[in-house]
Amino acid sequence: MFGAGGGTSSYEEAEACDCVILWGSNARETHPIFFHHVLRGVRRGARLYVVDPRRTASAQWADLWLGIEVGSDIALANAMAREIIRAGLANHAFIARATSGFDAYAAAVEPYTLARAAGDTGVPAEAIRELAHAYARADRAQLCWTLGITEHHNATDNVLALINLALLTGHVGRYGSGLCPLRGQNNVQGGGDMGAIPNKLPGFQDVETDALARARCAELWGVEPPPTRGWHLSEMLEAMDRGELTCAYVIGENPAQSEADQGHAIACLAGLDHLVVQDIFLTRTAELAHVVLPASASWAESEGTVTSSERRVQRVRRALDPPGSARDDIEILCELARRLGCDLGDPRPEAVWDELRRLSPMHRGMSYQRLDQLGGLRWPCPDDAHPGTMFLHERLWADDPAERGAAAPFTPVDFEPPVDVCTAEFPIRLTTGRRLDSFNTGVQTGGYTSPLRRGESLDLAPEECARLGIRDGERVRVVSRRGVLEVPVRADPILRPGLAFMTLHFPDEVATNQLTIDATDPKSGTAEFKATAIRVERLGPAPQGAPAAGGEAG
Amino acid sequence: MTARPLPIPPRLVTCSVDGAPVAVPQGSTLLDACRQAGIDTPTLCYLETLAPVNACRVCVVEVEGSRTLVPACSRPVEPGMAVRTDTERVRLSRRLVLELLASSVTLDRAAPELRRWIERYGADPGRFGPPLPPTHPRDAAAPGHHGAVLVDGAEACHQPVKDDNPNYVRDYARCILCYKCVEACGTEAQNTFAIAVAGRGFAARISTEYDVPLPDSACVYCGNCIEVCPTGALAFRGEHRMRGEGTWAEERQVVTTTICPYCGVGCNLELHVQDNAVVRVTSPLGHEVTRGNLCVKGRFGFQFVQNRPGEG
Repeated sequence: MFGAGGGTSSYEEAEACDCVILWGSNARETHPIFFHHVLRGVRRGARLYVVDPRRTASAQWADLWLGIEVGSDIALANAMAREIIRAGLANHAFIARATSGFDAYAAAVEPYTLARAAGDTGVPAEAIRELAHAYARADRAQLCWTLGITEHHNATDNVLALINLALLTGHVGRYGSGLCPLRGQNNVQGGGDMGAIPNKLPGFQDVETDALARARCAELWGVEPPPTRGWHLSEMLEAMDRGELTCAYVIGENPAQSEADQGHAIACLAGLDHLVVQDIFLTRTAELAHVVLPASASWAESEGTVTSSERRVQRVRRALDPPGSARDDIEILCELARRLGCDLGDPRPEAVWDELRRLSPMHRGMSYQRLDQLGGLRWPCPDDAHPGTMFLHERLWADDPAERGAAAPFTPVDFEPPVDVCTAEFPIRLTTGRRLDSFNTGVQTGGYTSPLRRGESLDLAPEECARLGIRDGERVRVVSRRGVLEVPVRADPILRPGLAFMTLHFPDEVATNQLTIDATDPKSGTAEFKATAIRVERLGPAPQGAPAAGGEAG
Repeated sequence: MTARPLPIPPRLVTCSVDGAPVAVPQGSTLLDACRQAGIDTPTLCYLETLAPVNACRVCVVEVEGSRTLVPACSRPVEPGMAVRTDTERVRLSRRLVLELLASSVTLDRAAPELRRWIERYGADPGRFGPPLPPTHPRDAAAPGHHGAVLVDGAEACHQPVKDDNPNYVRDYARCILCYKCVEACGTEAQNTFAIAVAGRGFAARISTEYDVPLPDSACVYCGNCIEVCPTGALAFRGEHRMRGEGTWAEERQVVTTTICPYCGVGCNLELHVQDNAVVRVTSPLGHEVTRGNLCVKGRFGFQFVQNRPGEG
């Protein structure tokens, strides 16, 4: 945020603040060890607020749970902002010194009255008011979120709405006050930092606009980096659709099962002229491939680094010999390059890392030796004497305008409901998420036995089950505008009528992504996994006018 | 460069340990002072990451002017305190604690320090006579229930191993009731409260609510109890099986620190590897991200790297 692609705070700050907001995050189950830090904060007197459509395990620890309507986050955030401004709780000293665009923002949130937000979000006006006041009045506050914010067609706007709140109250750039997006995978932060996103060079430097970074890369690599940004995954699928992208090399990703509107994703991948998959498993995507390159498991069978949600770069190390002909990713890439006529040598992981340090100023002080000694370092860490950075954007509080630098802009955003509208035909809102003992499409967690695991179910409110005449455990047919599947129902009192929940953990049994919509956020490329309109039918004759099970998958 | 606000540096407090002056930051415990003075002090229920519970009493020391022996692990240092760690009274007390524990509990898988302390204090667990078989199932002991006083041997904590879930076993014949697992499951780390101490006196034992099997309890299988157990009462199921088969060989194990492959928190995992297979997972107590704690995925979710076709 404000030009840095990472959370501003460190986990320990959750222990030192007065107010923690978990927004669209069930950290108790999905980031359990981060939640330990939150709990230490709670035990020291911090107030915990949880914004989530479900009354999750995290919400059960909260002082107040705001059971928001799926996808109405901006309505809630803007109403909080209006309330904070009107109650005189905005941090005007900070706003005047360190931000820009406040007047336009204040005007943009003005229509979001508490009453209107209560209608849009389903959260009582009094609860919105309490959260607004608690956040604005706190000396130190952490605003944390996960995929409940980002798996929407307007993901970037959702994030901006939260950043606006932090700017409005000055809850950024100070110890204990910050913004904390919790990453879903152990190196999703590091992947972006290393340039594995379409518009970035290593070190999160812009490929189109950062002339200095471009020059450094050109000098080190001996070739000019591409002048324009590439495609993100959703754009790639569109390009496959158009026949423009005909060949794909997929490393450690299972898009055949992890992408929204699964039938469509499989059709795109199956239509490629050439598909190479490099993975530690023979995933569904690998089954579609022309060539499969067996790789070693990065966290236990090879050397390298990963970066966590608090920007901490840490070493992964080889503990096991990889099986059979599985090889390290670096080795495979260099061998491939050699066959393509470019000799990259036979670099060790540390040599690759040192190259990155030459290209990326924020990683420059992170030698393997220091990472080993210090238990990891948080970027930016520009030189060998630098201790790493606990929290970002301290400059916004500097007295000297030169040191304060560019103002952080307010970006007004408007509430837009989810694309997949609930209607009389599809009256129930299906949202998705993770459970404690499982992970994503289950290829890793499927390997161990967990007493907590129950398999896939369509979770519905007990009242909803009663209304539909469905028994707990009964198999039902779930129909969305894109697909149909059968799944047992589980009555779950953490849901309210009109809301259903499924995971993506058991795609071989229940392909939840046959139901989800691939409406994607144009800026981040994330699909709206969190908001699907469905109807639930008792099993009987096939439904009229719905696509057959399996979607369009040929 | 950013910084966190530094607290006011703590004032130093001076006490004497076995006659030698020791200055420690205010708020330090007698145990900290003893360790700073280089004096090996036995502890069983103490762990840096948990609040002291004063359960085992093996760390007691003599403080001049104090009527009773005091637990070093929890007593803060006060200026001018004169501490004795090796008087006859301290040695007797420590010896008796070790004898009572070792006569009633199987300690052959406890940390090696424990055997060293038993030797140093001349503890003789056999002096109460041979361990006696149980008179009734421990888990059935009702509150206030006391069996007949046994005179021809030492009452012992024998009971069958609880092997009721795929992840870990509970062998409470090895449990010294140090409370660490209860603390780790409770307010000190996990806040799940699946286990507590049930019963009184010799019938006291660690139990789930109403002694239900683990899968019916509140347990979420984080294994943070295994991490803190000092006697091997709690163990990975694989370790328990290998020990039974006689294939557990700690001297051949290599411990490698890496990062958990799941969510983005970035927990440090210590993979204990024997014969190219992960046999136990721990996390460093001193790392500020985990403080030794993991979730079920980090603790038990490693299996996918060793479900290899054609093997096992």
